[in-house]
Amino acid sequence: MSPASTSSFLERAPLLLRDWIVDLFPAALQWFVHHLLSITAILTVFGLFFAFTTIAERKLLARLQNRLGPNRSGLPWFRSLKLWGLTQPFADAIKAITKEDVVPAAADKVLHFLAPVVIVAFSLLGFAVLPFGRHLIPVELDAAILYFFAAGTATELAIFMAGWGSRNKYSLLAAMRALAQLISYELPLILSVVPVVLVVGTLSTQEIALAQGSWTWGVLPHWHVFTPWGFAGFLIFLVAALAESNRSPFDLPEAESELIAGHLTEYSGFKYALFFMAEYFGLTALSGLGVTLFLGGWQAPFAFLEFIPSWLWFMGKLAGMIVFFIWIRGTLLRLRIDQLTRLAWKFLVPLALLNLGNAAFWALTAGWTGPLVLVRWAVSAAIVIVPFVILGRRLSAGFAPRTYRYAT
Amino acid sequence: MTLALLLIALVLLGSAAAAMLSRNLIHSALLLVGAWAGLAAFYLWAGAEFVAFAQVLVYVGAVSMVVLFAVLLTRQGATAAPVEFDSYKRMVGGLVTAGGVAGVLLGAILGTPLAISAHPAPAAISVKQLGLQLMGPHAAALLIVGVLLTVALLGAVIIAAIDRPEDPAP
Repeated sequence: MSPASTSSFLERAPLLLRDWIVDLFPAALQWFVHHLLSITAILTVFGLFFAFTTIAERKLLARLQNRLGPNRSGLPWFRSLKLWGLTQPFADAIKAITKEDVVPAAADKVLHFLAPVVIVAFSLLGFAVLPFGRHLIPVELDAAILYFFAAGTATELAIFMAGWGSRNKYSLLAAMRALAQLISYELPLILSVVPVVLVVGTLSTQEIALAQGSWTWGVLPHWHVFTPWGFAGFLIFLVAALAESNRSPFDLPEAESELIAGHLTEYSGFKYALFFMAEYFGLTALSGLGVTLFLGGWQAPFAFLEFIPSWLWFMGKLAGMIVFFIWIRGTLLRLRIDQLTRLAWKFLVPLALLNLGNAAFWALTAGWTGPLVLVRWAVSAAIVIVPFVILGRRLSAGFAPRTYRYAT
Repeated sequence: MTLALLLIALVLLGSAAAAMLSRNLIHSALLLVGAWAGLAAFYLWAGAEFVAFAQVLVYVGAVSMVVLFAVLLTRQGATAAPVEFDSYKRMVGGLVTAGGVAGVLLGAILGTPLAISAHPAPAAISVKQLGLQLMGPHAAALLIVGVLLTVALLGAVIIAAIDRPEDPAP
């Protein structure tokens, strides 16, 4: 990771700061400080990102529902400073820490305690392989994408531990629901990522971001989302990522009208906050992966905008994805469990498999030139659109228009 | 490096032993998952990144779920109740089976010529090389395993999805 001398000062600023701090320590400790700084940076940046995601979510949802949202909290000694309620997350954090921690008498104490710890620890691991900027990647791994998904698998175990350890019917039922959902959607999620690996020919996230670097005619960036297979893959990825992070419209495990708060029912205080945190960390990490794989990573959309440092582009795209997810939460209704599994197994998995073939076609026809390029695009688009229409029609055939027997 | 290996071995063997000694089935299953994670750590220590991540993805992620679901679905509510000592016949049977498996495994390991010190440490193999090996010389094995797993999956679907006549049509 040696910053090229051509990069601007802002581009290299985080690296310069890191190298300056590392040089303060003796040589034997430098590798340790180097990694410790990466970890501290991730914890600080994404801890704050989490805090402001919660306030953004509350405010945006409020606006979507024609309310104002939290706008009262200011600073303790500066009453005249209003800050639009932006200090709300810090007040929430103090509240969560000082709350009483209630553990049910019948609970499996060890598992009940371990579940939130495991889920937060493992949800943070995914950030290690995301390329945040041109020279900014905590750990450069050859098998980065495999690592990312391996790090994410422990959340399933943690949810099981929480559900079973609580000794509560609703917790266990919800944990089973959550596991069924996570296992169902892991398949389309990974299948939507495989085409990118196939076309770029690497599992390294940094190289995938680099491969989306140039422009067609100077305007259309070579992001994967602007190819037929990439567009389809991105949509499948979005749906699967929503389901993997238990967010609306896939928030059945925490459907409060049926299951109280799901596997979180018996958690209070800071343990609850840890689960909440892990959910947002998971969503942010998956969004970061989506940005890297499909939205060009840290690449600027236009050549003349490259003066803005790459890590700002990455964070901007990440924030865009999060806002999109909040928008979805404010718009769509919750699915039923049979609809949820049907969507995964009968719709997303076949489409993702076809999309894999589509990516293979795209990779094989990379050498086509002239009018054949149009044929390539047409065939690839047809492979995406035709099955989508046919499958969608067939799956929704018996369900609409809905008739009501006892209501109008 | 040796210290790290000792630590990994301690965690691995410790969690495996605890899994066997624990009288609570769910705890045993979770400790077994811990042992699998320890195995992944050992692969990482040995420089086999790809195998380590695959181990976590497959065993800690998927097989653990199969084990936990199997325990929950077969023990009908008695998951928390400790498993009591059953009979001497069962104990002897278990010991004989375990001893037999251990004997076969030990024989296989001792019978394999392992030239450890003869080679210099090989350079780290990239995922690309691994992929080329799998898709080239070992493509047949990969395809056979894939077909086998697909057949098993279809079989499971057929067993699980028998439409009983008393089920009303949806």
